[in-house]
Amino acid sequence: MAARYDRAITVFSPDGHLFQVEYAQEAVKKGSTAVGIRGKDIVVLGVEKKSVAKLQEERTVRKICVLDEHVCMAFAGLTADARIVINRARVECQSHRLTVEDPVTVEYITRYIATLKQRYTQSNGRRPFGISALIVGFDYDGTPRLYQTDPSGTYHAWKANAIGRSAKTVREFLEKNYTEESIANDNETMKLAIKALLEVVQSGGKNIELAVIRRNQPLKILESKEIETLVAEIEKEKEEEAEKKKQKKSS
Amino acid sequence: MALLDVSGFKSHSGLGVFGTDASERWNRIDHFTFGSKCQEFALPVGSDPVGFLKSCSGENGVSIDLNHGTTTLAFKFRHGVIVAVDSRASAGRYIASKDVNKVIEINPYLLGTMSGSAADCQYWERLLAKECRLYKLRNKERISVSAASKLLCNMMLGYRGMGLSVGSMICGWDKKGPGLYYVDDNGTRLSGRMFSTGCGNGYAYGVVDSGYREDMTVEEAYELGLRGITHATHRDAYSGGVVNMYHMQEEGWIKVCQEDVSDLIHRYKKGMF
Repeated sequence: MAARYDRAITVFSPDGHLFQVEYAQEAVKKGSTAVGIRGKDIVVLGVEKKSVAKLQEERTVRKICVLDEHVCMAFAGLTADARIVINRARVECQSHRLTVEDPVTVEYITRYIATLKQRYTQSNGRRPFGISALIVGFDYDGTPRLYQTDPSGTYHAWKANAIGRSAKTVREFLEKNYTEESIANDNETMKLAIKALLEVVQSGGKNIELAVIRRNQPLKILESKEIETLVAEIEKEKEEEAEKKKQKKSS
Repeated sequence: MALLDVSGFKSHSGLGVFGTDASERWNRIDHFTFGSKCQEFALPVGSDPVGFLKSCSGENGVSIDLNHGTTTLAFKFRHGVIVAVDSRASAGRYIASKDVNKVIEINPYLLGTMSGSAADCQYWERLLAKECRLYKLRNKERISVSAASKLLCNMMLGYRGMGLSVGSMICGWDKKGPGLYYVDDNGTRLSGRMFSTGCGNGYAYGVVDSGYREDMTVEEAYELGLRGITHATHRDAYSGGVVNMYHMQEEGWIKVCQEDVSDLIHRYKKGMF
């Protein structure tokens, strides 16, 4: 059945599916994990760094990209498709500044990206973009925002979300651990993002890339030393938890 | 949009058979669709509206004298913005109407004045009002004064050199405070504390410049606005009728009054008549 309805994507299948869009979502599930968390005064994006070949320059492979001074995004899926979307979004951010004389709100640029993706699900001869994006930033009035888009062109606001491989595991971890105290300050929010990624990333801090935006400050990508420090703090906290449990059991 | 053109993007070309430019325009994802690439009216290549108008007005054949001439003024002061306009529409030497409304109420926080060609002003400012409403629906917040004036300015630039005649002041109150912009058919867009447009503007500037103080009370500001228009209508043949005055406050605009200039001029120049 599927074979007859997945060629030209402008065709619905009899049970209401757009197969090309669903296949695009499968492509997203193969991409490396990305997690986004909205704190009180900070928004955090974390991605799983794919291991880089020995001769490859590490800095050319960046999965967290700046769209404007106050907005950035991480994606999961086909890197080449992401490049096109990011380019269009960057131009739109500047066009908005030119015409409206105000920076974009995070919701506006998310809506733009989502409309762009939807356009490609309803055109002849084109396939959908194979990426999901997590878009974070601060609005003009200082509110932090996190949005997620997917290949079908829908978008939603989230407090914390994950996309890509093992997104489900990470999301379940976040559902359990996203509390008022876990985002009480900037440091805690960053640690929550790292903890979430550590659930699914092998070999610890080396394979994590973290970026933060604080209110009225540009994007900052953490150096590996800073990530190591945070990972060490997390390990220490885990040990202290384990110790406490042991003592409780023995008493 | 200008930036898209400069950066060389071809939006939606390559599928020529399936979408003409006109129908694509409404589906565009960039909402600010005014620019030289997609204009409200398609014009044939080589048409010359200005030359055509020149040949029509004057002694050869039918004379088409556009409605022109007016006095409008607006100034910012401590308690907001005062907008005052006259209400005469003239077509050459004929007074076409004595009670034209030269202020378009775009929304409770935005006003636009009209001077120059009445038809042009009415059409383009109503189009601006439509875009402002669409902006509010799409973005769930009111458009800022600078964005609204930018939209009008881009519309004017799309038809630059083709004989439009629009001199407008966009006035409003948004989250940056009171805003006053002057936009005209050349594509000029200026932010300022005081503007006056129309052929009576010289007289209005004289009166308001000499009477203006930043710390005026509201009553004094109303008087100043009335005086400016009244004296301009007294000396300029193409301005007259009534003074329509609005006051833009933080909670929106209010229409202050509508006073006949002949009553006002008698009040101000008691000894002269």
